[in-house]
Amino acid sequence: MKRAFPVLGVLTAILLSYALYMALIGAPTEQTMGDVQRIFYYHVPSAWTAFVLFFVNFGASIFYLTKRRPAADIVALVSAEVGVVFCTVVLVTGPIWARPVWGIWWAPGDIRLTSTLVLWLIYVSYLVLRRFSSSGQTPTLAAALAVLGALCVPFVYFSIWFFRTQHPQPVMGGGGSIDPRMLHVLLINWLAFSCFAFLVCWSRYRLESLQREVDQAHAMESLLGPRGTMRGNVR
Amino acid sequence: MSGNRYLFAAYAATWIIHVAYLWTIVRRYSRLQREIEDLKKPSVRKAGFRL
Repeated sequence: MKRAFPVLGVLTAILLSYALYMALIGAPTEQTMGDVQRIFYYHVPSAWTAFVLFFVNFGASIFYLTKRRPAADIVALVSAEVGVVFCTVVLVTGPIWARPVWGIWWAPGDIRLTSTLVLWLIYVSYLVLRRFSSSGQTPTLAAALAVLGALCVPFVYFSIWFFRTQHPQPVMGGGGSIDPRMLHVLLINWLAFSCFAFLVCWSRYRLESLQREVDQAHAMESLLGPRGTMRGNVR
Repeated sequence: MSGNRYLFAAYAATWIIHVAYLWTIVRRYSRLQREIEDLKKPSVRKAGFRL
């Protein structure tokens, strides 16, 4: 397993470089929007990756609520954290694309934009809960919040089907259409971002597991070791 | 050409966000390494240091 990480890291770096090359040079230029349309190759795969990570968070939270396995709790935390990072990319690149195309950075009241922002806020509140609550019930409360947050994900995705919105139609499974060469580049970028997300989740999982072991060691030391006794003497 | 400015901004913002997050992981990892080193020290020495 220790060898697999650097090998996957190198492969992911190569894949990300190739995906970047394809997005900037390999993909055909869109006739109406021009080069600014290439933002789509980072915006859409980031959104898909965030949705997948939120789905993983949902599954791990359900598993934790039923089986109470600490590993499931760690998976839920890690996937939410990395999902928020990808969702942040979506919320930043979207307005950068909208400014030259729509003439505005943000369309107030637009259902897709607003629901994505609400989704981001739900998962940020999940992370804030995890970070600042020291109660033993925190993982359970967070898992319940994660289940509620996951209900928002399909609403965000399908909102453009059911409501009038300025946001373009989905490129897959919806009313939109896409040039096959553009779809190819889009899927390469999604694969690259998915590999990158997997590696980040992996390293973050290792870090969180180690952190919990160290916290346990600190707790044991303060209960059993001379450190606690000495602290009592000093007082 | 103005489209290129926005394209560059979007791609740069994406990587700035990812690199910033990776940097926080590296920082947390190095802090954890220091904690582990601290835990590995003999407790007698720690107690002496505290007194």
